[in-house]
Amino acid sequence: MKSRHKKLLLVAIAVIALGVIAALVLNAFRSNLVFFFSPTQVVKGEAPRDRSFRVGGLVEKGSLVREKDGVTAHFRVTDTMQTISVDYTGLLPDLFKEGKGVVAEGRLTDSGVFVATQVLAKHDENYMPPEAASALEQAQKAQKTLVPPPESK
Amino acid sequence: MIPELGNFSLMLALMLALTQSILPLAGAARNNAAWMSVARPAARAQFLFVAIAFGCLAYSFLVNDFSVLNVVQHSFSKLPPIYRFTATWGSHEGSLLLWTFILALWTLAVTLFSRHLPDDMVARVIGVMGLVSCGLLLFMLITSNPFLRLLPAAMDGSDLNPLLQDPGMVIHPPILYMGYVGFSVAFAFALAALISGKLDASWARWSRPWTTAAWSFLTLGIMMGSWWAYYELGWGGWWFWDPTENASLMPWLVGTALIHSLAVTEKRGTFKAWTVFLAIGAFSLSLLGTFLVRSGVLSSVHSFATDPARGLFILAFLAVVIGGSLLLFAFRASQVGLGGRFALVSRESFLMANNILLLTACGAVLLGTLYPLFLDALNLGKISVGPPYFNSVFVPLVTPLLLLIGVGPMARWKQASVPELAARLKWGFGASVVVALLLPLTLGAWKPMVSLGILLALWIVISIAINVQGRLRGGGGWSANFYGMNLAHFGVAVAVIGVTMVSAYETERNVRMNVGDTITLKGYTFLFKGAQDVDGPNYKAARGTLEVSSNGKPVTTLYPEKRTYTASGMPFTESAIDYGFTRDLYTAMGEPLDGGAWSVRLFHKPFVVWIWIGAVLMALGGAMSITDRRYRSRKKGRAGA
Repeated sequence: MKSRHKKLLLVAIAVIALGVIAALVLNAFRSNLVFFFSPTQVVKGEAPRDRSFRVGGLVEKGSLVREKDGVTAHFRVTDTMQTISVDYTGLLPDLFKEGKGVVAEGRLTDSGVFVATQVLAKHDENYMPPEAASALEQAQKAQKTLVPPPESK
Repeated sequence: MIPELGNFSLMLALMLALTQSILPLAGAARNNAAWMSVARPAARAQFLFVAIAFGCLAYSFLVNDFSVLNVVQHSFSKLPPIYRFTATWGSHEGSLLLWTFILALWTLAVTLFSRHLPDDMVARVIGVMGLVSCGLLLFMLITSNPFLRLLPAAMDGSDLNPLLQDPGMVIHPPILYMGYVGFSVAFAFALAALISGKLDASWARWSRPWTTAAWSFLTLGIMMGSWWAYYELGWGGWWFWDPTENASLMPWLVGTALIHSLAVTEKRGTFKAWTVFLAIGAFSLSLLGTFLVRSGVLSSVHSFATDPARGLFILAFLAVVIGGSLLLFAFRASQVGLGGRFALVSRESFLMANNILLLTACGAVLLGTLYPLFLDALNLGKISVGPPYFNSVFVPLVTPLLLLIGVGPMARWKQASVPELAARLKWGFGASVVVALLLPLTLGAWKPMVSLGILLALWIVISIAINVQGRLRGGGGWSANFYGMNLAHFGVAVAVIGVTMVSAYETERNVRMNVGDTITLKGYTFLFKGAQDVDGPNYKAARGTLEVSSNGKPVTTLYPEKRTYTASGMPFTESAIDYGFTRDLYTAMGEPLDGGAWSVRLFHKPFVVWIWIGAVLMALGGAMSITDRRYRSRKKGRAGA
C-alpha cells in the first residue's frame, strides 16, 4: 500500500510541475509574439499601438537621411502601395540599401512614425527577407484584384 | 573526369549501403552468421567510396574546376586555397556529402571498436546505420548531386558567401556534424535493442560512450558556432535564438537528457524504455535540424536552396525514420520491462527531474521555432518569436536544473537520505547565498539576475568540491567517469558566470568618430586614427585604426574592417576584438561619414569568453568519461546488471 501511495504522490507532483511549466511557457510565448504587418496594413490602422511589431518592404529610393551624429537614420519603407516613415538609432546592417528589402522591429508612435529598435536585412545580396517579400506580394495582389484607389489623392 | 569518378563512387557507396543494411539485418533475424559477417566489410567499403567522392569534390574546388556547377556557384578563382577547401561543404550539396561522409566515419568507428559486442548486435547497429546512409545517398543522387556539370564551363565562380570565408568555417561544420550524426550511433543501438528485445544494463554500457562522444562533439560544435556568430556577424552577440541555432540546441538538450538517462539505465536498469525514446528523439531532432536548416524553410546564411523537391524528400525521409522508429518503439517498448524501483528522494528521481526539465526546455524551443513556420505554411499570418520569449522561459527552467547539479551526483541510488544530503551541503549552500548577495555590490550595480547567476555557479562549484573531497576521503580511486562528470558540471558553472556577467554588465556604444576623436568605455579609451584603403585577395576594405589605452597606458591597437567582396559586390563588416580573460573589447566599423569620420560600434564585454571556455570544459568532461575502463571490457555476451 505504502509504495502505491508514494507512486501516486510522485505522479501527482510530476503532473502539477508539468502543468505549471506548460502554463509558464505558453504565457511567455503569448506575451512575446511579434506580429508582422505590411505598410498597407499599418496605414489602415491594423497594427497595434501598444506593443512592438515588425514591418517590412522595400527601402524607398532616395528616402534615407542620416543625421549629423552619424548613427541616427530616417528612411521610408514601402510595399509599393503605401509607405511609412521609420526612425532608427544605431548602425544599419551591411546589406541595408535603398531599393532593397528590409524588415524593422519597433513601435508605432502617435505621429505615425515607426521607431525601430532593430533593423534586419539578410545575409545574402540576392535574398529578400520573407516578410518583406510577402508584403510586396500582398500589395501586388491588392492592386490587381481590388478597385484601384481614387487618383485624386 | 574527376567529378564523374566522384559521381560513380556515390552510386557504388549506395549499393554498398544497401548491402550493409539488408544482409546483416536479415542475417540477425534468421541467425545466419555468414550474412551478419557482411556488416563490417560492407561498412568499411562504403566508407572508402564516400571518402573518394568527398575527395573528388574537394579536388574540384581546389583546382577551380569551373565546369562543375557547384564549384561555379560557391567558389572563386581568387579565393584563398583554404576557403576553396571549406567551400566543399559551403553548399547544400556539399554539406550533405559531408554529412554522409561523417556518417560513414562513425560507422567505420563502430566496425573498429565493437569487438566486445555480440555479433547480432553489431550486425543490427551497422545495418540501421546503413539504412540511414541509403536515405542520404539517395537524396544526394536524386535531388542534390554535387557533381553536376555546367556546359559550357563558366569563366569564373560567383564566390563563397563572405560570412563563410573565415577560419572558423574550417572546423565548425565538421565538428557540429560529428555531433549531429554521432547520435545516429545511439539511435542505431536503440533500434537494435528494440528489434532484438534485449535491452539491459550491458546494452546501456555499450551505447553510453558513443552517445557521450556525440554529445561532446555537438557541445563543441555549438560553442564554435556561437563564437563564430560573435566575431563574424559584427553584432557582438553570442546567441541570437536564431532558428538555425535552435536547430542545434534541440538535439543538444535531448542528448543531454539522454546521457543522464543512460547512466540510470546502466547503473540501475531503470528508465529503459525512456532511454530508448530519448535516443530516437535526439537523432530525430538532428535530422529535423538538417531539414530546417538545409531545405530553405528557414532563411538564413545556412540555407542554400529553396527547392521544393528537396524539402519533400527530406520530409518523407524524416517521416520514415521518425515514424518507423516510433512505431517500432510502440510495439516493443512494453516488452522492455520496468527495472528497479526507487524512492521519492534518490538519484533516480533527481535524474528524472533533470530529464523533465531538459525536455521541457527542448519543447519550449521547438514551440518557438516551429510555430511561426506552421502559421506561415497555413497562411495564418507572419509572426516571429524573439529572444524575450526564450529568455523568459529558459531562466525559470534552467535555475532548478542547475540547482540539481549540486544535489544529484551526491544522492544515493535507490533511496537517498535527506538529512545526510542536508548535512553535507548546508554550509556550501549558505556560503553560496551570502557570496551571491554580496559580490554583485563590488561589481557596480546590484542586480537580482547577477546574484542568481553567481549563486548557481558557486553552488555547483562548491558541491563539486564537497563531492570530490568525499570520494577522496572515502578512499575512492581514479574513475574517469566520475571526474569527467564533475569536469563537465564545472564547465556549466563557468559558462553560467560568463552568461550572467555579459548579460548584466556589457556596454555598447554606436557613435560617430572623427579622426582624432576619443571615446571612453569602462576605463578604456578608444582613439580613432582614421581609416585606410587596403586590398585583400578577393576584396577591398576600409581598415580603421583604433588605439586603445587604459589610464594613459596603451593596451592594444584594433583594426576593424569594412570589406567589399569583388566577385559578389557584397559589403561585409569584419570586427576586431581584443580578447581577455575578464573582458573583451569589441570594435566594428559602421559607415563612412563626411570628412573621414565613421560611425563605429564599440563594446565592452565582461567575462564573455567564459561562456566558450565553459562549453569546452563540458566537452572535455565528456571526452574524459569515455576513457573509463569499464567501457573497454571485452566480455562477450550479456553481462549481468
